[in-house]
Amino acid sequence: MSEAKEYKYVGTRRVRPDGYDKVTGRANYGADLALPGMIWGKILRSPHAHAKINGIDTGKAEAYPGVSAVVTFQDFPEKSKGNPSAQNILANAKALYHGHAIAAVAAKTEQIAQEALGLIEVDYEVLPPVMDLDTAMAEGATLINENLKTAGLPEPATESSNIAARQELKIGDIDAGFAEADVIVEREYSTPTVHQGYIEPHACTVRYDENGQSMVWCCTQGHFDVRASTANLLGMELGKLKVVASEIGGGFGGKTIIYLEPVALMLSKKSGNPVKIVMDRDEVFKASGPGAATKSWIKIGAKNDGTFTAMQAKLVFEAGAFPGSPVGPGTMTVFAPYDVKNAKVEGYDVLVNKPKVAAYRAPGAPQAEFASEMLINELADKLGMDMIDIRLKNAARQGTQALYGPKFNEIGLVECLEQCKASDHYQSAVSEGNGRGVAAGFWFNIGGVSSAVIHMNPDGTATLLEGSPDIGGSRASMQSMAAEELGIAPERIKPIVADTEMVAHNDTTGGSRTTFATGMAVIEAAQDVVRQFKERAASTWNVTPDQVEWSDGVARNTAGEGEMTCAEICASAGRTGGQITGRGNINARGAGPSFSVHIADVAVDTDTGKVDVVRYTASQDAGRAIHPSYVEGQIQGGSVQGIGWALNEEYIYNDDGLLENPGFLDYRIPLASDLPMIDPIIVEVPNPFHPYGVRGVGEANIIPPLATVATAVGNAIGRPMPDLPCSPPRVLKAIQEG
Amino acid sequence: MPVVEYSAAASVEEAVSLLSNSDIPAKVLAGGTDLIIQSAGLSPIKVVDIKNIESMMGATIDSDGLTLGPSMPCAELYARDDVKAMFPGLVEAAYLIGSTQVQGRCSIGGNLCNSSPAADTIPALIANAAHCVIQGSGGERTVAVEDFVTGVGRNCMEQGELLTALRLATPAAGTSDAYLRFIPRTEMDIAVAGAGVSITLDSDGTCTAARVSIGAVAPTALLVPEAANALIGSKLDDAAMDKAAAASSAASSPITDRRGTVEFRKHVVGVLTKRAAAIAAQRARGE
Amino acid sequence: MAKVHVSTSINGEPTEFLCNPHDTLLDVLRNELNMTGTKEGCGSGDCGACSVMVNDRLVCSCLVLGAEAQGKEIGTVEGIGNNDSLHIIQEKFLEHAALQCGICTPGLIVSTKALLEENPNPTEEEARYYLAGNLCRCTGYDKIIRAVMDAAESMRRGA
Repeated sequence: MSEAKEYKYVGTRRVRPDGYDKVTGRANYGADLALPGMIWGKILRSPHAHAKINGIDTGKAEAYPGVSAVVTFQDFPEKSKGNPSAQNILANAKALYHGHAIAAVAAKTEQIAQEALGLIEVDYEVLPPVMDLDTAMAEGATLINENLKTAGLPEPATESSNIAARQELKIGDIDAGFAEADVIVEREYSTPTVHQGYIEPHACTVRYDENGQSMVWCCTQGHFDVRASTANLLGMELGKLKVVASEIGGGFGGKTIIYLEPVALMLSKKSGNPVKIVMDRDEVFKASGPGAATKSWIKIGAKNDGTFTAMQAKLVFEAGAFPGSPVGPGTMTVFAPYDVKNAKVEGYDVLVNKPKVAAYRAPGAPQAEFASEMLINELADKLGMDMIDIRLKNAARQGTQALYGPKFNEIGLVECLEQCKASDHYQSAVSEGNGRGVAAGFWFNIGGVSSAVIHMNPDGTATLLEGSPDIGGSRASMQSMAAEELGIAPERIKPIVADTEMVAHNDTTGGSRTTFATGMAVIEAAQDVVRQFKERAASTWNVTPDQVEWSDGVARNTAGEGEMTCAEICASAGRTGGQITGRGNINARGAGPSFSVHIADVAVDTDTGKVDVVRYTASQDAGRAIHPSYVEGQIQGGSVQGIGWALNEEYIYNDDGLLENPGFLDYRIPLASDLPMIDPIIVEVPNPFHPYGVRGVGEANIIPPLATVATAVGNAIGRPMPDLPCSPPRVLKAIQEG
Repeated sequence: MPVVEYSAAASVEEAVSLLSNSDIPAKVLAGGTDLIIQSAGLSPIKVVDIKNIESMMGATIDSDGLTLGPSMPCAELYARDDVKAMFPGLVEAAYLIGSTQVQGRCSIGGNLCNSSPAADTIPALIANAAHCVIQGSGGERTVAVEDFVTGVGRNCMEQGELLTALRLATPAAGTSDAYLRFIPRTEMDIAVAGAGVSITLDSDGTCTAARVSIGAVAPTALLVPEAANALIGSKLDDAAMDKAAAASSAASSPITDRRGTVEFRKHVVGVLTKRAAAIAAQRARGE
Repeated sequence: MAKVHVSTSINGEPTEFLCNPHDTLLDVLRNELNMTGTKEGCGSGDCGACSVMVNDRLVCSCLVLGAEAQGKEIGTVEGIGNNDSLHIIQEKFLEHAALQCGICTPGLIVSTKALLEENPNPTEEEARYYLAGNLCRCTGYDKIIRAVMDAAESMRRGA
């Protein structure tokens, strides 16, 4: 259990160690590597949303001058062909979404590869596209996978369906809960397909080597998972495939899975050359995994004093072309901020002819909690209660039994609510004609496997090897934590995101786990180093290690005379037994959940429906902010993604199931000119299970903005806004219907 | 297959010659902010870069009015206080195209010749009764800008012709213009609806002349005489403004696409007509 | 299809290259000249990650043909500061943590420098609108704008 204490380096706002390369353009991202003899890969993609593939003829493409190799699904090893991951990476019997990869070409230049794609002949038999939940779930719906039967039903399914799975969570007695309610509210909500919107397209440069030195350079949130998935699909041993994580230009969950790497390796194997494949922006939108569209129904019962007596939800998520939407986390988080004795949540995972969805920052939670937070605000309005007060009345606290299983330890939701209530923003009146919204968010955060190594150099500087791709500045935090433990200046520690051959397996950078779990691994490695420092000093002084004190980078002999600095111990390490390396290979447990509460004020042009966010405040419990600037950065970044999700972002499909807006022109993410400053409030209720009290902060901040903004819009115009996005045509329609 | 040949012309004559004598389609390369994006999808084209031709790139004001080089980058035009004073609405329309980066390259001529239904400068050009000077191998001709665009992405120019100037007559005393567009964000979007209005007021505030043009709500930008007539003779009171808005909405024939619905566009183009008229009037009064 | 021979100047250095007529300046910088500091985010002028200067004008290099570089002065992020001495704009970006993943940062550094050369005393709104063509998905722009305003003040003071 860590007390709130003053640290020397943890909690300071240092310049990040990788910063110089980033502001000068020297940092190397996924598309920045060229290798000798390298050729270029391009991918042929389905022009149809749903079609049988009766044949693929690659002969003309293979014969085109300058083409070195062509691959299709048939080039996967036999044992991988049943794997849905393979079927997503290159289509087998069916094209399942507009943009589904069909074949790939490697050639001397990008231009030649592109021209060769045009020579591949595909015999498509176009099928009716299934583009929304109602169509997918209807009686007699066109089936996307004829063999799929719904999992998780009370009785085993006999008929095939587009509904891949059903799940349920419950606690208490929902009927009794509604029976004791004075007031009951219910409503349906919807959210569209959205994209994580990372500015860097997927890219890789690979070299296949028959002798076991295959290498993949790619932008990814998890290079160890890239190694595992790629090796598995291609039938390679892990030790024969090195994966190097480039700097990554954004991921937000969308770069936790593989699209290009196995294709590039197959092309490299066939051609004998290194191969580079870079998605263009069009492909990123069409073919990488977006955030799931959803429909939700929520019902809440409460006493007149605002106490919740029953909370119920039905959440239906689009999975895309293959099963696996984050409806599970959605069901677990939808009511998590609240202490309620009776709750029941049903979740459905449904196929549609869209790309297989990928994680998007707290996957499942923004969509689910949007609906519940909206209804809570509606309930507050009905009861004449303040939006923060109704949440304080029901807030989860230490000891609250969560619907999804555990009893909470110390958590910071109440602190977030109170600090928001006391904020200058909340204390100031809403301007005439504007609307205000408040919402809360919860995300579990995860721990998991991280592996770190610290090598001490003879001059007392340190090389820190860890295996978490740095998506937001985590190297700075690792440096601070190592410095705190070692007692030496952070500038003397060089943190490196090591490749898969340099450290043991690390779980993906995601789930808000990096500062928590990789931080713990780094701390353990540093403590291992300190233990060895003490041993070496002890042997020098002829005392026992427990008689050596280590602080501020200096060993002191508590049983007599003697002081040795870190540099001195390292300089003599060879003589005292060998170089000093510390190791921390862990499976981090005790990740602390993060709660967030946001406030938004919006102005609405009632003649056009255009929404302007005029003020935004975002609080979040970080446990302990290792680097406050980057914690604020996470809060601000997630808030703005959520604002975009609430206001203008959506995939727009035509009647044929073709994506009409696969670009930043018409997939409208927030611009600098669209926004005010985002005022962050860092709450610190330390996580008792981390040496410094860290909670992950990356994700809980994208959850509140959806309901915060939609509630604010609704309050400005006096009409509910249950369907996202609150784009001008929808807002204007609501105004005109009012 | 995109651009297969690049040439830079030193004069209008050379440009016309290069454009006329080509066995594959030859396109004018001004700022390139539309052409380069589109060229990825075209069959092989040649491009003729006209940015070395001085007359294409500058703007001069004389006693007759403004002669505008069609390929002058919009950012440069925006820096011309004299042009801004004469045609604030046209300049603000030009300034709305794209980001700062696009502004450094895009041009009114390019915007006009690209002939998108949603082009920002075309309603402003129409509101100001601009004329297009076109040079071909057969000589020079002049076309009123409202007749220039003939359909979605199509205009009256033949292969081998070059737009060499836009001419706008000096506005009468008491005249000014404004352009407004609706976009969902604050920048970067293509117009969902647009309105360009020129207003002439006499000394007691009565509107004696007006031109109203609407964009992004039909295959081409439209001149809406009914909207102008609703304003002429009035003091731009609410009733007159509402009538003008209704006329714009009625004249529009928008589609529903990824940028807006029919109902939304029809409604908003009326709102923009009123607002643009009000701004033009304020400017005409010297406020 | 013959290649185009181009003589130009990049960050003050005379430079020659061959390119295809269809190559953009972005393609040439990254693939021909191995100057990968300028990034491709969209290829269609919508994101600003490829921002460069051409004859003192801020442009998207994905919307300029390589052939058009003939006789021009090109300015890229590689010409702004270096590890020994960063430009004040780069320092302020680091100080304010105005970057997370950093992919938009080169474009923003180039654009910010262009902004402050044109308007040394921008308001927050002016800065936001000038930089609207530079998309960032990580930061929410807050710290970027703070860095820009702080850099502007430092530059006005002669730092």
